[in-house]
Amino acid sequence: MPAGPLEPRGKSTVTAYIAKRLLAAVPVLFGLTIIVFLIMAMIPGDPAIAILGSYATPENVERLNRQLGLDQPLFQQYFIWVGNLLQGDLGRSYTLNRPVLDEVMERFSATLILAGTALILCSVFGLIAGVVSAVRQFSWVDKAVTFIVLIGISVPSFWLGLLLILVFAVNLQWFPASGMFAIYGGGDLPDLLHHLFLPAITLAVVATGVIARLTRTAMLEVLRQDYIRTARAKGLTERRVIYRHAFKAAMVTVIPVIGIQAGFVLGGAVYIETVFQWPGIGSMLVKAISTRDLLLVQGGVLVVAAAYVLFNLAADVAQTVLDPRLR
Amino acid sequence: MKRLLAAALTVASLALASPSLAQTPPNVLVVGQIAEPKSLDPHAVTAVNDFRILMNVYDGLVRYKDGTLEVEPALAESWDISDDGTVYTFKLREGVTFHDGSPFNAEAVRFNFDRMLDEEHPYYDTGPFPLSFFFSSIDTVTAVDDSIVEFKLKEPYAPFLSNLAYPTGLIVSPAAVEQHGTEFGRNPSGTGAYKFAEWEANAKVVVTGNADYWDGPPALEAVIYRPITDANTRIAEMLSGGLDIMVEVPPDSLQQFRTDDQFVVHEQAGPHVWFLILNAKEGPFANKAVRQAANYAVNKSALVENILQGTAEVAAGPTPPAFAWAYNEGLEPYPYDPDKARELLAEAGYDGEELTFYVTEGGSGMLDPIAMGTAIQADLEAVGMDVSIETYEWNTFLGKVNPGLEGKADMAEMAWMTNDPDTLPFLALRTEAWPDKGGFNSGYYSNPKVDELLEAARRSTDQDERARLYQEMQEIVQEDAPWVFVANWKQNAVTKASVENFKLQPSFFLMLQDVAKPQ
Repeated sequence: MPAGPLEPRGKSTVTAYIAKRLLAAVPVLFGLTIIVFLIMAMIPGDPAIAILGSYATPENVERLNRQLGLDQPLFQQYFIWVGNLLQGDLGRSYTLNRPVLDEVMERFSATLILAGTALILCSVFGLIAGVVSAVRQFSWVDKAVTFIVLIGISVPSFWLGLLLILVFAVNLQWFPASGMFAIYGGGDLPDLLHHLFLPAITLAVVATGVIARLTRTAMLEVLRQDYIRTARAKGLTERRVIYRHAFKAAMVTVIPVIGIQAGFVLGGAVYIETVFQWPGIGSMLVKAISTRDLLLVQGGVLVVAAAYVLFNLAADVAQTVLDPRLR
Repeated sequence: MKRLLAAALTVASLALASPSLAQTPPNVLVVGQIAEPKSLDPHAVTAVNDFRILMNVYDGLVRYKDGTLEVEPALAESWDISDDGTVYTFKLREGVTFHDGSPFNAEAVRFNFDRMLDEEHPYYDTGPFPLSFFFSSIDTVTAVDDSIVEFKLKEPYAPFLSNLAYPTGLIVSPAAVEQHGTEFGRNPSGTGAYKFAEWEANAKVVVTGNADYWDGPPALEAVIYRPITDANTRIAEMLSGGLDIMVEVPPDSLQQFRTDDQFVVHEQAGPHVWFLILNAKEGPFANKAVRQAANYAVNKSALVENILQGTAEVAAGPTPPAFAWAYNEGLEPYPYDPDKARELLAEAGYDGEELTFYVTEGGSGMLDPIAMGTAIQADLEAVGMDVSIETYEWNTFLGKVNPGLEGKADMAEMAWMTNDPDTLPFLALRTEAWPDKGGFNSGYYSNPKVDELLEAARRSTDQDERARLYQEMQEIVQEDAPWVFVANWKQNAVTKASVENFKLQPSFFLMLQDVAKPQ
């Protein structure tokens, strides 16, 4: 997303820019809730049928719909929802019998921990691999890194997850197979890291590959520039040329991609959360859709969408800060 | 850069250095559940998954006798049924208290049923109570004195007792409902062998042994229920030692557990039947001979042995054998006989008309519906029936099948699990149960004799008399073939070898009162 022209320079412009972008996000989010509401209304089956299962006689369905407040017209249901939303109330989930807000916030923080860790891992390892590859272009290191990175990009992550569980949880028993904390004892940071290790790696693998490929290309591009030759000619050490000049310039291309990867990582979390039984928002949404739990879907989508908006904004701001030409 | 690498390595080694997987502690049983429970209010839930917790935290007035589907006393010590079958008087067990300390008495029983059934009740809004229609035959509940409670029914209704043994009939603490209101489902209190201790959303539900349990304290200190929705992950967790019991093991994995002596595989046939609804109103299946031909054409043993890998048995008729007292032992399943099927089709003048077959992608009790649907399609094609499959997601599927197949399809998959031999035939085989009359007879089967037998069985309070009526009904229905009778599912579970006294019940409830795990 292009950043608007910012002038004059300074902190206040950045703040104004962020405020403007956030304000622009509000209609987007509202539009989204309307779309979700309509889609959920259009797909066949309703929550009462999902709850009653085999016992969904027309009579029972009608009675339950009345009790759930689903017998009102659709637009009325929507406005009730929006009215409650403005008071910070996202309603009550039919299938979980608890406030949507509690469930969504708990689930979303779990997803943030998982996706955040994966994002850090893929940025760190992706950048290292990309830079090493570029600096030692065509060497065996480059070839080895490229080979591993290609495998990483190509492996389906849910399959990799199962494979890691099989090796490290079932056979070696180094890591737990599922969950976020030990079910007795535990609950502290080492326990969390222990549970986080396999899912975070699984989730990070594809994005690491993408970032590594891109960093390599960007670095090679920058290393061919005249000013790099000038820097070398000035007698700067190779280290300084690469990390001080080339790497910083290459980051301008790489950062928006990391922003996009943040989105992919959030999306990919859906599979990984299911495989590792991570209590995140992805697995919650999948279940909520299949049980037609409209309010839970609405709440979940709203939070995820807001997070996307924020990630994009953060990437744009970071890019602006790094690249003076964009100001 | 080096520093970054070092930091990353530190994080990794920190994780690696954490203690390796502990085995589950002694006297604590960890159960792998298939989903997060919805609520621990037994009147608010419908899923077997939730029942697995509830049956250990609450008691009903009656319960199923170990290993059967026959009722025996629980919170009620005894009962009388009036001759006309409309008044049930229960003598309650004395000296029982709820986990929250409040007394169990006749007033508490009345509170439970009024809360579910009376829209004016002050705590009716702690619902909804989706299965309260199990008790819609109740007219009034009266606390005659502290230990006598009387139910007046609107009309004779024989399944009443077994409905009381169902989770919807479990007795909750009125004091806890009054205290917690709509949050009662997360702060449950009953009289059962285990007391609720903790519910950490999406991670675990913990219940601890009730030392004062009226039926003797359980051997276990605690039971921890863990929701693990993905079957492969559940298996991995079982193999890596994180679970003591897992339920609903996929057929593919049972063999692996069978050959490993660290584990014990348990199986138990239950009140489940998997069948095909045939559209008896229009199209080829309006002809009885064509319906029978379909029953002969489908190779049920192959389905059960190959696709379900022995996790089910071939069904003979509409009533599962698990209802031992009501089951007609004389019934033999339709044999696999393609020649006979072709013969019947020729007699009926079937000329290869295309048949639409609704198949679901999944759903409660549906086993492996796509693979089964495809195999059935192939079997029917082998005798000359041209079947085209339409596949739908479960809720969409129910939305299509429940209103009736007329004008849409000729056949559909379906499965039911019930607690009384009355339920399924009464809701799905009577003329009065056609979809337009609010029932589940989506194939429009109608036989006045069957209607009469089912009505009579519902009015009778004599179990032998009911058994005779159900057995006669099964014979007629098998001959009329409104369904293709396919399979009765065997529920399975795997336990660690160190788990003692574990047993699956035909009710499909997970009863843990007697289970021990000393190490």
